[in-house]
Amino acid sequence: MLRVEPRREASPALTWATPVLAVVLTIVTGFFLFLLLGVDPLAALYAMFVSPLASVYGLSELCLKATPLILCATGLAIGFRAGVWNIGAEGQLILGAIFGGGIGLFWSPALGPLALPVMCLFGVLGGMLWAAIPAFLKTRLGVNEILTSLMLTYVAVLVLSTLVYGPWKDPQGYGFPQTQFFTDISPWTEIPLLLPETRLHWGFALTLLIVAGAWLFVTRSLVGFQVRVIGLAPDAAAFAGFSRTRIIWLTMLLSGGLAGLAGLLEVAGPIGQIVPTISPGYGFTAIIVAFLGRLHPLGLVAAGFLMALSFIGGENAQVEASLPQATTGVFQGLLLFWVLACDFLARYRIRLAQPAVGRAVP
Amino acid sequence: MDRPTGPPLLELRGITKQFPGVLANDRVDLKVMPGEIHALLGENGAGKSTLVKQIYGVLHPDAGEIRWNGQPVTIADPHAARALGIGMVFQHFSLFEAMSVLENVALGVDGVHDLGALARRVREVSEQYGLPLDPSRDVYSLSVGERQRIEIVRALLQDPKLLIMDEPTSVLTPQEVERLFETLRRLAAEGRSILYISHKLDEIRVLCHGATILRGGRQVAACDPRQETARSMAALMVGTQIKPPTKAAGATVGAPRLTVDGLSLPSPRAHGINLHDIRLEVCAGEVLGIAGVAGNGQAELLAALSGEMLAERPEAVRLEGRPVGRLDAAARRNAGLCFVPEERNGHGAVPDMSLAENAFLSGYRRRRLLAGGLIRTDRVAAFAREIVERFDVRTPGIANLARSLSGGNLQKFIVGREVLQEPLVLVVAQPTWGVDAGAAALIHQALLDLAARGAAVLVVSQDLDELLAITDRLAVINAGRLSRALRTAEATIEQIGLLMGGLHDTPEHQPLETALA
Repeated sequence: MLRVEPRREASPALTWATPVLAVVLTIVTGFFLFLLLGVDPLAALYAMFVSPLASVYGLSELCLKATPLILCATGLAIGFRAGVWNIGAEGQLILGAIFGGGIGLFWSPALGPLALPVMCLFGVLGGMLWAAIPAFLKTRLGVNEILTSLMLTYVAVLVLSTLVYGPWKDPQGYGFPQTQFFTDISPWTEIPLLLPETRLHWGFALTLLIVAGAWLFVTRSLVGFQVRVIGLAPDAAAFAGFSRTRIIWLTMLLSGGLAGLAGLLEVAGPIGQIVPTISPGYGFTAIIVAFLGRLHPLGLVAAGFLMALSFIGGENAQVEASLPQATTGVFQGLLLFWVLACDFLARYRIRLAQPAVGRAVP
Repeated sequence: MDRPTGPPLLELRGITKQFPGVLANDRVDLKVMPGEIHALLGENGAGKSTLVKQIYGVLHPDAGEIRWNGQPVTIADPHAARALGIGMVFQHFSLFEAMSVLENVALGVDGVHDLGALARRVREVSEQYGLPLDPSRDVYSLSVGERQRIEIVRALLQDPKLLIMDEPTSVLTPQEVERLFETLRRLAAEGRSILYISHKLDEIRVLCHGATILRGGRQVAACDPRQETARSMAALMVGTQIKPPTKAAGATVGAPRLTVDGLSLPSPRAHGINLHDIRLEVCAGEVLGIAGVAGNGQAELLAALSGEMLAERPEAVRLEGRPVGRLDAAARRNAGLCFVPEERNGHGAVPDMSLAENAFLSGYRRRRLLAGGLIRTDRVAAFAREIVERFDVRTPGIANLARSLSGGNLQKFIVGREVLQEPLVLVVAQPTWGVDAGAAALIHQALLDLAARGAAVLVVSQDLDELLAITDRLAVINAGRLSRALRTAEATIEQIGLLMGGLHDTPEHQPLETALA
């Protein structure tokens, strides 16, 4: 009979080795999957994982895609550490795009050179506003934030559609559901590029700065310490006098604000206008990124790049290897599956059940 | 009273049990004669529980032999142990609160299906041995002593020849202890043997005929406790002479530091105890004790004192006259009230954080471990090291996780962390619960020294011996009401026991009413 029992202690090395092992296993599984589908596995894997990295432009696209993932995941990871399960980063990202983008559409001429900073600020505020709703419901009425934050995502999508199909539609846009380009309204709305000839902008650098700040926050600040204690031992937090309500508000607003900033950077950066679909699910993928990165700032930067690669590699595989669009989803699913499986085996071991009689000691 | 000769009922020879990293039992020998009450004595972690679990078939020895009536046996599981005639009453009861006494008994008895017949047998056995028990009552409505009777009756229904009792008196009032001893003596007179696990030396001296003392997994002595003094057995148990805690001579009691004035609070938990008009005062330089059987409102009172639960009026709790009843735990700590909770892992300390981080947990404000909202890791490490050194915490280093420490070491760390903050008032719950004698002595001395330096110390404990040893005054909590405080030196055990059993100054006091309020 097989029996599952917890390991006495998980080694720190194993904790970091499992994500790497999961990536390797994903690639191996993908290899056989392509073989079964009658696709040349090496060519397909090359198209997915190597060719996107083979040029400066490819690398810049990788960083560009990783930016919203890492931003959202940084905020979510801090919340997850406190046991606050904000699942609605996608909706908060959309609200950030609406608030910040709205500034760009209507007030940027008046703001002049301040347009972009104010857009960023309102992007953050928009995300915070959307996250404040589940925070309020949880702290005042005890409503589960997983449900409310998730459902608010669908509300956010509808708000966005209402705006771009209705009042915010570009009158000169031939009826397409999209707003004017921000740069047509004011040149000060443009995010400067980090690398010429690419789409990579300074938002990426800002993101890395925010990650460093988050790391300092979690490891060195009193509030970050409170976040960790509340997640690890709620009674000990009460003993120390840390307010759970305060930490719920703080982590919800932080993760919402960062998601909102991610949304603003998308519309003000590579997209350049507000459209009905701003994100291919960055807010949801960020949840995977947070856990894959072990809720650790450095880990989730690596995980952010990995998931960005799966997005770009999936697109690339459609073009170069004529693989279906579902490839991206399949690989993200495989990766999550292997991460969870490896995690389980790192924390538990499977043994054959022992007979009831004890063994003799030599 | 000499025991009959002939083969012992139970004999262990060279029992050895190895766990990863620790040799829990090292060639332990033990003999229990028929009709003997035999004590198994040792500190926490001495290997007592491991040894009896092997007798009861929960664990299996790595080496050595178990003989039953002179014959070598292998005890595969508790079912096999019961079939041999071994019964066990565990320290932590395994009862379903929402079920009746009878249903609980039926669940624990092998092969019984006729509840009517079982109910008759429960009544018979409980009358025969002086264990009054109503089979139809629901368990949640019973006191701890009554719950223990269920476990004993359940074991006795199997007609055991050997009854193992694990720390049975730790939850009982003195009167209940006396009643239990009568039952045990009656069982022994019938020729049944009892293996009595305890670390309470006075009990063993009045109850037991023989004793086996374990230390660090080894059997260090087999003696007749009637011939020994409590002190000599303590020395065998601990390995060194334990110094009783000493009070500084000429210590004076100063102004009131902590005042609780008419504190009434409904418990936030289901089946919790509501606090009724609690009044107490602890002065500078004084140790006040609160005795009581577990589950009489101690948890609620402690939460109301620490600030984890807020009083309805700020004046209900006062610190040096200043109302703090509506302040949270952090604000009260800043005002000078420190707290050692009963539960170490997960309440007093975060098990998955390092000792340094746990030092920071409650000490960051009073020990100034912050600068501009950031943690000053150098000062945190220095504070943690100071605790480890001053309170003799055995650990490889302050980077180790709190969960890696033994109970006694973690308790020394937590008490040290609070004492070194030099609070005006220290509230301590169960300071030495499950802690070995050496650590207990150190903790008691630290509390007395703190009081001698002018702090007010409030100790809430179920261990009456502890309270008698270190407190100046003593009050008893029962059903959410606190008795007036007696001078410890003048209080008698009987007086305290009656208060613990619920006989308060108000004779018409009805427990049911308070439970429903």
